[in-house]
Amino acid sequence: MATAVRALIHVPRQVRRGDVVEIRATIAHVMETGHRPDSEGSRVPRDIVTRFECQLDGTPVFAADVYPAVAANPYFAFALRAERSGTLVLTWEGDRGFRHRETTALEVT
Amino acid sequence: MTRRAGAAGAAALLAGVLAACSLAGSAPALGPATGVGADTRRSGFDDMSAALQALQRDDTQNPGMLWVHEGQALWARRAGNGRSCAGCHGADGDSVASAAARHPVFDAETRRPLTLAGRIDRCRQRHLGLPEEGADGAEVLALSAWLAHRARGLPIEAPDDARLAPWRERGETLWRRRMGQLDLACHLCHDERAGERLGGAVIPQGHPTGYPTYRLEWQSLGSLQRRIRGCIVGVRAEPFAADADESLALEVWMRRRAAGMTIEGVAVRP
Repeated sequence: MATAVRALIHVPRQVRRGDVVEIRATIAHVMETGHRPDSEGSRVPRDIVTRFECQLDGTPVFAADVYPAVAANPYFAFALRAERSGTLVLTWEGDRGFRHRETTALEVT
Repeated sequence: MTRRAGAAGAAALLAGVLAACSLAGSAPALGPATGVGADTRRSGFDDMSAALQALQRDDTQNPGMLWVHEGQALWARRAGNGRSCAGCHGADGDSVASAAARHPVFDAETRRPLTLAGRIDRCRQRHLGLPEEGADGAEVLALSAWLAHRARGLPIEAPDDARLAPWRERGETLWRRRMGQLDLACHLCHDERAGERLGGAVIPQGHPTGYPTYRLEWQSLGSLQRRIRGCIVGVRAEPFAADADESLALEVWMRRRAAGMTIEGVAVRP
């Protein structure tokens, strides 16, 4: 499906100090469960995202372990109290050495 | 007791059907050009849960946007021969911004209707030297998604092309033809029983306003042809081949039926 890893990240703009903001992230991933047979009847090997993390300037602010029951193109939304501006680094790790990193700015006024 | 209630119910239903028939008989042809009576057509969007509607509305949540972004990147990508979509159609594709609202059109060269996906696929083969992919090929799907997104908010146009008329008629005939082991026609569900339930799901009127569409059931984006295949398999008939005349005719008819409705580009459906 994918020619390159694609992700959708949403970070609110014009955030005031102390606001609780919602960060949303979707990544294109097949999330193949490892339980399905292919057309030949053999099992399709598991290929899922296993871990999602978000750090603000190196400090972990959110992390999730992901399991095969999660649907394709997993979507995460989480809340964050914005105390200061910084760089949000979102990373996804998974089977077959899957690793993707997105960087976005959180600007607090 | 229950039998009697059943019979009364059936009579009421029959009366309803008769009333609907006489209404349909006196009403002019479908479409926005009628100008008579309220437009009772509904997009499948209107019957979705509030949560799903929110998912479609928000471009940072709508998973179809993953394909839109990919399509936008592909638009600018140079193929092996050094050419790109952007090279002919412009970097932002303004000249083809309404393409998703206009197709299928009649193609004088092949003497058949040409769908948007078909045109993208042909353009890629001819001008970029890329292999044929079909409507659900990864790159054709992504480019279709991007063009559908460009056309978001535009009304579906039904080309007033006399050469399309026989295809429309054939499509409408197919729409009304019973098929498969369940012996069902499209119109039995999507005209007569639209708004009622099939299991837990509301039966939509089946207007192709949001294709390619991200279906939660597919966990992926897919074409209108793929959706139609799903329905045809559902009534236990053998699906038409992707490039069969029947597929094209049905798509031409369905777009005519939805003329004037708004392109959602790209929709989310359950």
